[in-house]
Amino acid sequence: MNGVEGYMYPNEIRLYWSVLIVLYPYITGLVAGAFILASLERIFHVKAIAPTYRLALLTALAFLIVAPLPLTLHLGHPERAPEMYLTPHSTSAMAMFGFVYLWYLMAVLVFEIWLDYRRDIVLLSQSTTGWKRLLYSVMTLGSTNISEHSLAIDERVGWIITLVGIPSAFILHGYVGFIFGSLKANPWWNSPLMPVVFIFSAMVSGIAAVMLIYMLTTKLRKLRIDMPCVDTIAKFLFYIFIIDFSLEMLDLIHRIYEADESFRSISFMVHTKLYFSQIVLQIFIGTFIPLFLLALVQVTKLPAIVRKRIYVVSGCLVQVAVLSMRWNVVIGGQLFSKSFLGYTTYKMSLVTREGLLMSIALLILPLVILWVLVNLLPPWPDKESGKVHAASAPMS
Amino acid sequence: VNINRRHLLIMLPAAAIAWKHVLAGTPEDSPNYTMTDHWWGMLIDIPKCIGCGNCVRACQAENNVPDGYFRTWVERYLVTDWKLEHPEVISPDGGKEGFPVAKEEADGKYFFVPKMCNHCTDSPCTQVCPVGATFISPDGVVLIDQTYCLGCAYCVQACPYGCRYVHPEKKIADKCTLCYHRITKGLTTACCEACPTGARQLVDLKNPNDPIHAFLKTHDVQVLKPQMATGSKAFYNGLDGSVR
Repeated sequence: MNGVEGYMYPNEIRLYWSVLIVLYPYITGLVAGAFILASLERIFHVKAIAPTYRLALLTALAFLIVAPLPLTLHLGHPERAPEMYLTPHSTSAMAMFGFVYLWYLMAVLVFEIWLDYRRDIVLLSQSTTGWKRLLYSVMTLGSTNISEHSLAIDERVGWIITLVGIPSAFILHGYVGFIFGSLKANPWWNSPLMPVVFIFSAMVSGIAAVMLIYMLTTKLRKLRIDMPCVDTIAKFLFYIFIIDFSLEMLDLIHRIYEADESFRSISFMVHTKLYFSQIVLQIFIGTFIPLFLLALVQVTKLPAIVRKRIYVVSGCLVQVAVLSMRWNVVIGGQLFSKSFLGYTTYKMSLVTREGLLMSIALLILPLVILWVLVNLLPPWPDKESGKVHAASAPMS
Repeated sequence: VNINRRHLLIMLPAAAIAWKHVLAGTPEDSPNYTMTDHWWGMLIDIPKCIGCGNCVRACQAENNVPDGYFRTWVERYLVTDWKLEHPEVISPDGGKEGFPVAKEEADGKYFFVPKMCNHCTDSPCTQVCPVGATFISPDGVVLIDQTYCLGCAYCVQACPYGCRYVHPEKKIADKCTLCYHRITKGLTTACCEACPTGARQLVDLKNPNDPIHAFLKTHDVQVLKPQMATGSKAFYNGLDGSVR
């Protein structure tokens, strides 16, 4: 049969989870990672990264809005998706997604962003005119008190929300790993390390994404990149990346040493069908090169311009690594037979609902949403004072 | 109970949702059939299977199984002396049209293994379904509510035996129903009916007169992938250790 080597159970020849399911953990990971970066500033008082605080929150929101789209588009009956909320099946990991997602979106992200921006929104609703005034007025939700006391309450509640948000971000993405890790039928997925690996790779991709977006937007606004800020982000990226890579290697070494009945299949796959995406893209290009570059920055004194270039290259390569990791997990897990006797091939379509063009669109869409959000709620620090507030708002 | 209009307005939507939940788990109705009196399974007698493919054709005709997808299929194993753990397996078009002639000089043994949904008691597919569209009926058959399934394919991934697929037209998960529409009317399954050698036997473990009880006592019967601990109810007689 076309594209099949050895023996596949006949129902296994086609892949049931397409590239859209590759995007789903990738996008969710960016959300969790961006939020963790924001919480570093808020909870752990890493003041150097303050210029990216609001940008990280908005990035998380933009990607979170898109996160359920690949899942819904992949469903055979997208119109039945609300059933996950109405009649969730209590033993299903996937059924919990709706609730974790809603919790994270409404109770954590939207609430935190609203609290953080409330003062700016109130000021903007007073200084703007026309439809903008109406929009900002609605966004105040009628809460227009911006006295010192009121803002202090906002600050305190926001801090608590962030505190709650950190485990929520871990749950949001850890559970995505659990969806795969808890399936005993598939040895490529079945691992208690899966949720942990997913969380750390999520942090890596999210932090790198916010760093890139910060550098790009600063460049577009013709301002100077805050070097202590990106240096600090890069340092965190480096350390978390080392943990992430160690965990993934632990998983791999464990599989190789244990060499259970699935090992022949998995080893064959890594050496053939997944060679490019796993060995070349994920490990060499996506991990070794950025780890080496980021380590170089830690141990040597390089001029700012070189560091900036290193951060851009590393940030982009990290995205390649994490996206390939998602690919290797999702697609890789379906390329071999559960009989361990054969392999199939994934043929990605181009213009279908689950094709390449849709995937590209789904990766661009969060950036468009982010652009809208950034225009609506400017996250930039004020040029003079360095304080974070809406640039156009008059001081009260 | 004192229920006023306000209480009723609150309770009605909740009751509607709860009722929908209940209905989702109700299999096709059949008069004079008591679900709790039965506990269905299948006996597959490997030495009796001749690989004719009758069962596959009968299943496809009975259940409108789309081309290229299989509710049941037949595999032919060749286990050679030097590769006991790595047999050569084929199943051309699910064994629907039989198999090519075997090499006579082959250094090993040939045998056929019919496969189908194992109707597991602790089925992983049922566990993972996000809406409970797939469920175990009170008579032990794993079924799918077609009007309810999202088509997310999580169950397809969770089945260790490769028995499920997403129906290309209906866009929902599909698999063997143990011919539920037949067995609840006192008939046997289409595959059992079509098998010329009796290699497949529908069994009812709750029926004390079912010959399965004597068979299980006197034969070496095994299930597929016992390490998966799914409570499989497809009982294989003469199952070779190399079968996956």
